[in-house]
Amino acid sequence: MEVDRADGRAPNQRRPVACTRGILHRAHGSASWAQGDTKVIAAVYGPKAGTRKNENPEKACIEVIWKPKTGQSGKPEREYEMVMKKTLQSICLLNVHPNTTTSIIIQVVNDDGALLPCAINAACAALVDAGTPLKHLAIAICCCMSENGQILLDPSKIEEQKVKSFVYLVFPNSIASVLPEGSLKSRGEITEHGILTSVTHGVMTVDDYFSCLKLGRPAAAELSDFIRNNLKLKPGNDSSKAA
Amino acid sequence: MRNRYEGWEQPLFSLIDPSSRERKMVGSANGATDLSSEMEVDAFRRLFPLRFHERHLLESVRPDARSLGKARETSLALGAVASADGSALAKIGCTTMLAAIKMEVMTPSKEAPDEGCVAIDFHMPPICSPIVRPGRPAEAAPVVSKQLSDTIISSGMIDLKELSLVSGKAAWMAYLDIYCLDADGALFDAALLAAAAAFSHLQIPVVSLNDDGRIVVVSKENGEKAKNKPVNEEKRKLKLRSIPFALSCILHKNYILADPTAEEESIMDTLITIVLDTSCQLVSLYKPGGPALAYESVLQDCIALSRQRVKELQKILNEAILDMDVD
Repeated sequence: MEVDRADGRAPNQRRPVACTRGILHRAHGSASWAQGDTKVIAAVYGPKAGTRKNENPEKACIEVIWKPKTGQSGKPEREYEMVMKKTLQSICLLNVHPNTTTSIIIQVVNDDGALLPCAINAACAALVDAGTPLKHLAIAICCCMSENGQILLDPSKIEEQKVKSFVYLVFPNSIASVLPEGSLKSRGEITEHGILTSVTHGVMTVDDYFSCLKLGRPAAAELSDFIRNNLKLKPGNDSSKAA
Repeated sequence: MRNRYEGWEQPLFSLIDPSSRERKMVGSANGATDLSSEMEVDAFRRLFPLRFHERHLLESVRPDARSLGKARETSLALGAVASADGSALAKIGCTTMLAAIKMEVMTPSKEAPDEGCVAIDFHMPPICSPIVRPGRPAEAAPVVSKQLSDTIISSGMIDLKELSLVSGKAAWMAYLDIYCLDADGALFDAALLAAAAAFSHLQIPVVSLNDDGRIVVVSKENGEKAKNKPVNEEKRKLKLRSIPFALSCILHKNYILADPTAEEESIMDTLITIVLDTSCQLVSLYKPGGPALAYESVLQDCIALSRQRVKELQKILNEAILDMDVD
């Protein structure tokens, strides 16, 4: 296949991923996540007592605070906060700690494309580090459609600006089941093929969207294995955390 | 004590009168162990909102008597704001949006010397919903605002080159403001419809170059006196290409509910918004989280619903434009 990406990657090749947990001393949970040159640090504080106004006190409340690399946060940051809040709310077990608030602070260190997926992955790792009860993990990836109809995975900033449209997709992680039939199914479809979150930008055909899904799924499965291994590797160093 | 609850105890008669329509609807899907047979409909609705809705869904009907895939009645009125250059009032059910465009002359940026600019803002004043308090802006407002500008600009509906007046010197800046007057669900759908209608109603003011080489607006009164020829006599209307239309759906268990009301949105969390343009290209597929997962078959169903909706909305928009031309 012809390769025409600036960094010589194949169209369906991700950038190398790095994840470190427990990097902040005072936070209840923290993680840094890097995809190529995009890097995000996430910190989790909580559960703290009480929920904010207009939130349901019978459930735990998730609050996301997005700090951009420079400048003040504006509309795009508000939108990222909302998308992340809703995504993380749907993977957390909200009934375990009712009437509490868990704050997730996202600090962008460097933006080189696929920023929101990178932040979602970082937040997920930080939640695991904090020991927040979760249903499953969220695996976020970015696909984009280039002008010549090729689908590229995990674009860099320059690629993101050049292409006509891109899609952020979040899937549940693949479940390593002890049952012989393997993955859980609902309505005859495999759970990890369901979309948790989808955000698109730019015009594309409906078929293009579904080809993005097709390319995204194996990539998400790969990433899911990476996270699983990464989480196994490191024993929790809870003793060092502030009480 | 009695007096205080009188407001929502009003359909008490339904207990006595078995022919009441509302009562029948809940009674028909009755389980034996359920409280619903001993309780008034309104009390049941407040105490067990989720069960109230699920009971309706079993019968493939919604509390407002719509079928699951049907959108609410939609109306559109162009030219609602006389002082604006283009305006529209869109209503989807009770959700009401007022959009208005103000044109101003600006100096285009160096990067794009022959392009104009569009600035979109979405406002949720306290009048629109009990959730919005005066003083602090609604959480949803900046998100809808960002979504609107992304959708309108990336859909290519407006050719920014058409907004240019003198290359590198002057271009139009279109300020589009959308006010939500009544927030009863599907805010983005109504706001996008109002925005598209306002752009199709837009009349660009006539301007001319004065002696100092500045752009001035030619007003109607002194139009004949002006010595200088107008710059943009022939292009007063924007050519809109492939207008985007949105449909929001709620995913709940196996059900897909098109065009939800605020009540439905607050009870069932998973919202998915699909924006298609008139040539059925996908402009946006927006699903921010939610407990229900969107499988491919569900997505196909939602897209099919939006395709139908695009046709409906296109017809409504065309009729509104025709009505305007007749007047």
